[in-house]
Amino acid sequence: MYLNSVFLSPDRIQRLQEIASTSIGPLIEGAIKFTIPLAVITFIIGLVIAIFTALARISSSKILRGIARVYVSIIRGTPLLVQLFIIFYGLPTMGIVIDPFPSAVIGFSLNVGAYASEIIRAAILSIPKGQWEAAYSIGMNYSQALRKIILPQAARVSVPPLSNSFIGLVKDTSLAATILVAETFRRAQEIASMNYEFLFVYSMAALVYWVICFILSIIQGRIEVRLDRFVGKSGGLS
Amino acid sequence: MITIQGLKKSFGPLEVINNVDLEIAAGKVVVIIGPSGSGKSTLLRCLNVLETPNGGSISIDGQQLDFNQPVSKKAIGAFRRLTGMVFQSYNLFPHLTAKGNVTEGLTTVKGVSKKEAGETAEQLLAKVGLADHKEKYPHQLSGGQEQRVAIARALAMDPKVMLFDEPTSALDPELVNEVLRVMKDLAQEGMTMAVVTHEMRFAREVADEVIFIDGGVIVERGAPAQIFTNPQHERTKKFLSLLQ
Repeated sequence: MYLNSVFLSPDRIQRLQEIASTSIGPLIEGAIKFTIPLAVITFIIGLVIAIFTALARISSSKILRGIARVYVSIIRGTPLLVQLFIIFYGLPTMGIVIDPFPSAVIGFSLNVGAYASEIIRAAILSIPKGQWEAAYSIGMNYSQALRKIILPQAARVSVPPLSNSFIGLVKDTSLAATILVAETFRRAQEIASMNYEFLFVYSMAALVYWVICFILSIIQGRIEVRLDRFVGKSGGLS
Repeated sequence: MITIQGLKKSFGPLEVINNVDLEIAAGKVVVIIGPSGSGKSTLLRCLNVLETPNGGSISIDGQQLDFNQPVSKKAIGAFRRLTGMVFQSYNLFPHLTAKGNVTEGLTTVKGVSKKEAGETAEQLLAKVGLADHKEKYPHQLSGGQEQRVAIARALAMDPKVMLFDEPTSALDPELVNEVLRVMKDLAQEGMTMAVVTHEMRFAREVADEVIFIDGGVIVERGAPAQIFTNPQHERTKKFLSLLQ
């Protein structure tokens, strides 16, 4: 019985073709309407949080450093799934009801913010001290030096690890299925629960994620080439 | 132009600058020499507050910073605009072209229009002999060219005083002269300059005064002819003899 279902009889091939053609639409729709927007929106919000968190962590203020450290520690020290459940299923008991998609945006943004802040912090610290000094010596203040001199260089350093984070985020968005966001994986669950073709339908969902991530890694390569124009020396002793 | 009074700087328990008084008149070139660890670079870096002194005061072009009291960041920023700094390791901005390095301060700090800043940058790059290299990135330039861009970058801010912190020490020997030539031109134009260097020939030819520093104090100062041919202090004699 079990083996029978593995061997592909002509009937079965036809059935799978039908399932493929009827389910690919909803899967791609889930990706376009939810998976990709969720990843893009949360990555942008997360990056903004990350930059401020990184700056707080390297600031001279003990209070700012403390707040940033606690935030990063809590987010990194607890499972993303648990965080999403707290926001979506937990907060309503306090009277705070948030729709599935905004809940996911909040949860994922906080997550990206914490992880990416470490990447950005390391990238900022990797820029030689002489770059700060040169910026100060032509009269720049801290924020001018940061925006014009340090962050552009730090951006180059952080593109590969941030791309990794983004690709990881695209896959993590499948967790939003558990808080009722109708994204790719939730669509797959709904389809499979009707036709019981778990292996086939989930594999199709996996394929959708893989295609997205494959395209992203190509974009990453392009960005790196573009930013590579000034690479060769980092401005330290040469 | 520059008046330093009772300047003190220590790193933890280590006293690097110990009660230094110094005056540099407008248009003069002062070369600061001394053994490594003597405090000569620190003295220079105190002049644009890259190191914050622990005491004493510095005044440049009539503006004074008194380090016996807390000094605001704003005051430090305004004070820094009086000086231009050239570093041993150039510290060009690697993500900007030669021209971009020169215009950045003008547009960001002085709020000059892009077009005007570009014109100033091209003039200054021509002045340091790099008109043909303005679109190159630092990694495409030789060390001597990089350092000349760095000089142009500092000049763009129209400083009252130029500070040079061992500007040729990181250069291959054959590239040293092109940088020294630019510095000589500047001196001849009447720029007030404080130069920390090991280039004794430059000191002899260009300096109005040579200052020998050791152990965070000015041991001896005088005209280059006097310091190099007839040093008065044992420590100066010993240092100069080691250079021969």
